[in-house]
Amino acid sequence: MANKNSEALKQPLWVNNPVLVQILGICSALAVTAQLKPAIVMGLSVTVIVAMSNVIISLLRNTIPNRIRIIIQLVVVAALVTIVSEILKAFAYDVSVQLSVYVGLIITNCILMGRLEAFAMQNGPWASFLDGIGNGLGYAAILVVVAFVRELFGSGTLFGFQVVPQCFYEAGYLNNGLMIMPPMALILAGCIIWYHRAKNKDLQEN
Amino acid sequence: MATKKFRCKVCGYVHEGDKAPEKCPMCQAPQSEFEEIVEEGAAPAKKGLNTNSNVYTIVYAAVMVVIVAFLLVFVSQTLKERQTANVINDTKQQILSALNLRDQADVAATYDKVITADALMQADGKLAEYEGEFNTSYKGEFDKGNLHVFVADIDGQKKFVIPMNGLGLWGTIWGYIALNDDRTTVYGVYFSHASETPGLGGEIASLKFQERFPGKSVVDNDEVALKVVKYGKADKSSQYEIDGVTGATITSTGVNAMINKVLSAYIPFLTKQCCKEGGCEEGSEECCEEHNVESND
Repeated sequence: MANKNSEALKQPLWVNNPVLVQILGICSALAVTAQLKPAIVMGLSVTVIVAMSNVIISLLRNTIPNRIRIIIQLVVVAALVTIVSEILKAFAYDVSVQLSVYVGLIITNCILMGRLEAFAMQNGPWASFLDGIGNGLGYAAILVVVAFVRELFGSGTLFGFQVVPQCFYEAGYLNNGLMIMPPMALILAGCIIWYHRAKNKDLQEN
Repeated sequence: MATKKFRCKVCGYVHEGDKAPEKCPMCQAPQSEFEEIVEEGAAPAKKGLNTNSNVYTIVYAAVMVVIVAFLLVFVSQTLKERQTANVINDTKQQILSALNLRDQADVAATYDKVITADALMQADGKLAEYEGEFNTSYKGEFDKGNLHVFVADIDGQKKFVIPMNGLGLWGTIWGYIALNDDRTTVYGVYFSHASETPGLGGEIASLKFQERFPGKSVVDNDEVALKVVKYGKADKSSQYEIDGVTGATITSTGVNAMINKVLSAYIPFLTKQCCKEGGCEEGSEECCEEHNVESND
């Protein structure tokens, strides 16, 4: 059982990564990865929300009427996100300003519904909690990697601090404008998936 | 009692009755080859509620909605006061940011010290003290025709801060522009946005963009002349043109439109119209000093 729980936590980090394998949450991954800071904020908030909603749905799983289970899941997620955002507004205003648009993106993030339906409906609260944390972190990890590359080559900064020295620019170095555009996030995610498939041969399709 | 059903494991014949027949009428298999058929769905119904019934579904949905609604109302009501305080604090910080006082530790105290009046512009360009509660949405105020001007005192010099609102690429953008006592030279600006793309349109909120404004002039010949143009197209020698953000043409255009729309409404104030129309000499300093709101106690 302990083994199963640790699998629930570890699997989504790399082998069964939600972005790379389940291809969930791609749209928000495009939107927030132009810079590192929003990517990390988004990754952490998704982690917290997935874990919490996984636990709640897991506790309710035996009572939820089968025919309206998606609606119930949606209500739980939406209520949870709203409450968290209200609490942030009251006690951590700076963070809530940072999150602003992403709050809506969290509710519609397919990772949430995907995990609730695929995992929390069949498993106990503790396993579901770990699954939520694992999937959230797996998602965050991809966001951070993509955002790191995009910010470094697109703006020459990391976390907003200049890291490409001024003398590079004087020598003719230019920031890559394409890196900041959303399509580049897809291309980078594609490269990561390529590497991931090369390492995990059993996932390759013929 | 209800009749039980027994199936012959050899030929599949189904017998109905209280117990299995001694011999299968089809294949003559003995009684031991029969097994009882348990009706599906019957067992869970005995254990507890049937979670698939219509009544259960409707009641469950109703209870769920009521619980969630109460929870949301409760959270929203208990936190409202703190949230409003935060928004007011944030608005004050934004006004101070336009005056180049960014990241203040105690916003309320600095605001009280620096801002001497929250005033409304009158039709002739004079200022009158605003007597309502502190506002956090200047879009609503602008639409109502309440043209706010904040009078600030920085090291003995008078500055005017004007709130602005407009549209970017994805949503609203807003900002504050601080002018020197001459009402045309920019002292500082602050911009923010609801949902512009990070790294592109979102850069209007960065210091790098906002630092291009101070020193520029706002009005020329009674018209708003300050312009945000495409990045790299600004005439370096011009006192009116400012480079936009690279790769964010629509947001930059939005900033330009916002400045133009809002400041056009403030033309009587910016051009000191009261001095021209009033009894006193044109451009006379006393005339305008007189109409300016003096510090509130």
